[in-house]
Amino acid sequence: MLHSLTPAELDALRLSLVIALRSVAFSLPLAVLVGYLLARSRFPGTLALDALVHLPLVLPPVAVGYLLLVGLDSRSAAGSWLQAHFGVELPFTEGGATLATAVMTFPLLVRAIRLALDSVDRGLEAAARTLGAGPLDRFVSITLPLMLPGILAGLLTAFAAGLGQFGAVITFAANVPGVTRTLPLALYTAIQEPGGEAAAMRLAVLSIALGLVGLVLAELLARRVYRLLGR
Amino acid sequence: MLRLSVFKRWQGFKLRAQLEAPTPGVVALFGRSGCGKTTVINIISGLLQPDEGRVELDKVVLTDTRERIRIPAERRRIGYVFQDARLFPHLGVLANLRYGLRRAPRESRAIGLDEVLALLGLEPLLRHRPYQLSGGERQRVALGRALLSQPRLLLLDEPLAALDAARREEVLPYLERLRDSLAIPMVFVSHQLEEVLRLATHVALMEAGEIVASGALSDISLRPELRAIVGSEAVGAVLDGEVTRLDVAGGMADVQLGGGVLHVSLQDARVGARIRVQLLARDIILATEQPRGLSVRNTLQGVILEFADDVGNAVLVKVDIGSGAAVLARVTRRAMQDLALHSGLPVWVLVKAVSARGHAFAAVDRHRPTPDLTT
Repeated sequence: MLHSLTPAELDALRLSLVIALRSVAFSLPLAVLVGYLLARSRFPGTLALDALVHLPLVLPPVAVGYLLLVGLDSRSAAGSWLQAHFGVELPFTEGGATLATAVMTFPLLVRAIRLALDSVDRGLEAAARTLGAGPLDRFVSITLPLMLPGILAGLLTAFAAGLGQFGAVITFAANVPGVTRTLPLALYTAIQEPGGEAAAMRLAVLSIALGLVGLVLAELLARRVYRLLGR
Repeated sequence: MLRLSVFKRWQGFKLRAQLEAPTPGVVALFGRSGCGKTTVINIISGLLQPDEGRVELDKVVLTDTRERIRIPAERRRIGYVFQDARLFPHLGVLANLRYGLRRAPRESRAIGLDEVLALLGLEPLLRHRPYQLSGGERQRVALGRALLSQPRLLLLDEPLAALDAARREEVLPYLERLRDSLAIPMVFVSHQLEEVLRLATHVALMEAGEIVASGALSDISLRPELRAIVGSEAVGAVLDGEVTRLDVAGGMADVQLGGGVLHVSLQDARVGARIRVQLLARDIILATEQPRGLSVRNTLQGVILEFADDVGNAVLVKVDIGSGAAVLARVTRRAMQDLALHSGLPVWVLVKAVSARGHAFAAVDRHRPTPDLTT
């Protein structure tokens, strides 16, 4: 099936996969940290942090893209700082598309991690304590492995959602062929063009196929992990 | 020596506990459910901090709220066997066992993996994962894991409570073996008199957040406070005696207790072994004259020490039977008046039934009979 795709479609597929993958990879460590803070700590800013993290879920995606654009544009303080120190330019680039995707899928990841953390039996952590494991040691050797199924579920959900990001990506990173034109953006473009119905249908089918493969893989992986954990 | 003096207000519940217990030895925290036993061992372990107080183990201060000393649980080297085992589900049995071992300071290694495997019969379980184990096996692995962390003290929170009677026998003999072959002090929580009788050398009675009495098991067994916990039918002296003569064919043994000798039905003992027996107060008859022509075989001589009120119109009479040992007898108030019982009166103590309740603890006695551990 892959060889019957046009180069432009292949590009869109590759971009979708790369951007979704990178976005979850970059947000994972931060999501674990934020999930841990939200689930376990009782500092005064928890509520504000919780609201901030979940904002992309309730805001129109275009608004998220617009806010990113305003905040990280090369004329803004943060944007010019990034450009001056790291030579990084985000708006209208693949990196920008990745960031927009990461921001949009971050709440999904945090929620999954938080749930995973809530499901870890604190008694096991206490047992590890009596066996001589300090806080970081306990987290790495007990808490994290027990959270693994939840983290994996969160990663797959975020990745799948990342494949379909549209509003925030097109607003912040625009619709540049081969750079930021992912599957949904290519689909949108095809619909806009006269006589593009056939191309649009092909892209829609491709999206469905991708989603199905992802779901099956997720289920297989989850079964394997649960067997490893002996449940 | 384990010294403890703590106060804690917790979830609408007040705990005020003081305890001094010799180490090594096996201390039973004995009391009804919800009286604060687990809270006490959580404080000893460091998993829970007292509001006020001090915990000291073999001259090392673990907690002292006044001096702001608070050694974290992970650095106390106090092993903990939880009621629900708490094996790590993502690790196999071997990795569970090694968890504490790898984290113990190298120079303090007193017991190795092979020794623990042999002691607890864990060899056949090594390749299993925790969910494949029976309840009794889980507790044995948890016990091994705690031992391998090279603890200075082992805490056990009702390690048998979640097991049925048959499974208990999968664990109890191992606990007895541990007590007799290792010099690790233990504190265990129990609300089962049977476990206390089999394992403990020292007992702390708990009631409503307070330790109401503590001391050697033989002393505590004479305390009237015990009745509220075990019920009036189970009240009776627990005595540690020595086997002086064996009648193998008849399955009987002579056991020296205080100033006298009792004939006890006993399998597989040896002369010189220390045996723990329980004489229930309801099974003891007092006589002011030497009785004759009775079917009761066991008679001891003693002197009445004191009286305590019992349920209904009964009285518990404490009788000194020599060598610092004493027994309790239940008599009615009427009988007490008719016989003119008073303290200092010499009496004959007739024992209707004797039950051998496990083996008396003696750290140096390695020749005592061991239960059959092949399962």
